[in-house]
Amino acid sequence: MANIISDETIEYVGILAKLELSPEEKEQAKKDMGSMLDYIDKLGELDTGGVEPMSHVFPVKNVFREDIVTNGDMREEILKNAPEEKDGMFVVPRTFE
Amino acid sequence: MKMIDMTAAELGAAIQKKEVTVKEAVEAVLDQIKKSEDTYHCYVTIDEEGALRQAQEVQKRIDAGELKGPLAGVPVAIKDNLCTEGMLTTCSSKILYNFVPTFSAEAVLNLQKAGAVILGKTNMDEFAMGSTTETSAFGVTRNPWNPEHVPGGSSGGSAAAVAAGECFYALGSDTGGSIRQPASFCGVVGLKPTYGRVSRYGLIAYGSSLDQIGPLSRDVRDCAMILEAIVSHDPKDSTSVPCQDSDFTSALVEDVKGMRIGIPRDYFGEGIDPEVKAAVLKAADALKEKGALVEEFDLSLVEYAIPAYYTIAAAEASSNLERFDGIKYGYRTEEYEGLHSMYKKSRSEGFGPEVKRRIMLGSFVLSSGYYDAYYLKALRVKALIKKAFDQAFAKYDVILGPVAPTTAPRLGESLDDPIKMYLGDIYTISVNLAGLPGLSMPCGRDAKGLPIGLQLIGDCFQEKKLIQTAYTYEKIRGAFGRPEA
Repeated sequence: MANIISDETIEYVGILAKLELSPEEKEQAKKDMGSMLDYIDKLGELDTGGVEPMSHVFPVKNVFREDIVTNGDMREEILKNAPEEKDGMFVVPRTFE
Repeated sequence: MKMIDMTAAELGAAIQKKEVTVKEAVEAVLDQIKKSEDTYHCYVTIDEEGALRQAQEVQKRIDAGELKGPLAGVPVAIKDNLCTEGMLTTCSSKILYNFVPTFSAEAVLNLQKAGAVILGKTNMDEFAMGSTTETSAFGVTRNPWNPEHVPGGSSGGSAAAVAAGECFYALGSDTGGSIRQPASFCGVVGLKPTYGRVSRYGLIAYGSSLDQIGPLSRDVRDCAMILEAIVSHDPKDSTSVPCQDSDFTSALVEDVKGMRIGIPRDYFGEGIDPEVKAAVLKAADALKEKGALVEEFDLSLVEYAIPAYYTIAAAEASSNLERFDGIKYGYRTEEYEGLHSMYKKSRSEGFGPEVKRRIMLGSFVLSSGYYDAYYLKALRVKALIKKAFDQAFAKYDVILGPVAPTTAPRLGESLDDPIKMYLGDIYTISVNLAGLPGLSMPCGRDAKGLPIGLQLIGDCFQEKKLIQTAYTYEKIRGAFGRPEA
């Protein structure tokens, strides 16, 4: 394997991804990511000098619409999906001390 | 003919002629579900009560002359990543195990306007990440042609339900082949429309620049009819394009005289099963005999599509799946210390291994220091792939090839080696990168009796050429039939 993923990298990516991996999952992730990157490195064979990155296949520009409210009050239905709610609001853990 | 063997078009016509009531149609399909669902497990949610209620409402509107369309009263199954108001929508993930949307996807609303009766939600690979429907958090779906084999994925539940007679047609989504490949494995017709044809509003996003909703059906006529019903220009999806040339059923014409069909030599190289190759080339010969101008050509860049795709799709997935944080909906972990611990634990317990693998990879390729080398590089390769297709479509109306290198693998054989599984997407993936329409239809069966799929690829907005070619081939081929129950 050409791409060796360090423990530090897996820690860092875990923070970016907001995932907490078990020690076994971390080892597996190091292996999987390494082999995927080896595979992706194949793209390096292609000369892409002067080629613009293509994010959209059609030449689209910003699409605007009027900011008009079309839906009604669905607070109750929406809150039904909340893991925890109180007095018509989402309950979240304390966010700052 | 048994009612459940009818196509959607045949059933819709019988309903209009009052030969069949909507209730009878729904009961027939619910009956089949009762018989075979334990074996195949096509659905995550079956809404028996709701379907019978809708049947009554739709029948009233048909009787009042309000619903005259060909899909009025025809029962449909919806992939579980399309939001359905008031009906559980899980993406086959634990993290959405209890999510009930407050709105429906635009494509679903369009079907309801046409009088569709929704039966339930079909099983899929978790968040559409997989090629076998084995990554579902709610169990595997089995292939109705042989329950020891996978139905393909990620729209495996939809494809299997159509093949098993557990619905008359279904909606799926296709990010790298997720409609076409299961259609191929289950012996049904599947179409991924041009990017932007069908509104993605209400489709739970995986790779937003690649995702597209499309039909899975019994035959080409149904496919054209369903596509006509679901395309719309939707201001709620900024990538939705104005409708053009979308009278798809007008392309149900048996004629390929002068149709220029290109066969990419690079689709028949290493790794393709000889039986698949033979069946696909035989279909090409049949079209040639009917007057199509068939020739081989070199498409080029085929082996770069998969690494480019997995970079782009993982990057977009890592961003799209940030919304699942245990706050507003879905799974929240039991024990945690503070906000970040809750995010991390909810996500780590809620997502399955394949989803985590792609989120990790996506976070990495987007991270500072690697963004240019991986993500931007992949977007540059995407531009080259698009250009290769542009050059091909200057010469050809349709590109013809296989859907997948093999027929459906056995259950449990694919997940051990991710890269091997990803290689199975080699013929479908570049179509998503280039935003093109692609149609999959059965063109034979292998020695094991499993269906083989033929893929027709068109230039952007040229679905009608695909439908015309597919319809003509279907007439030559004759009825493909369904698996014996």
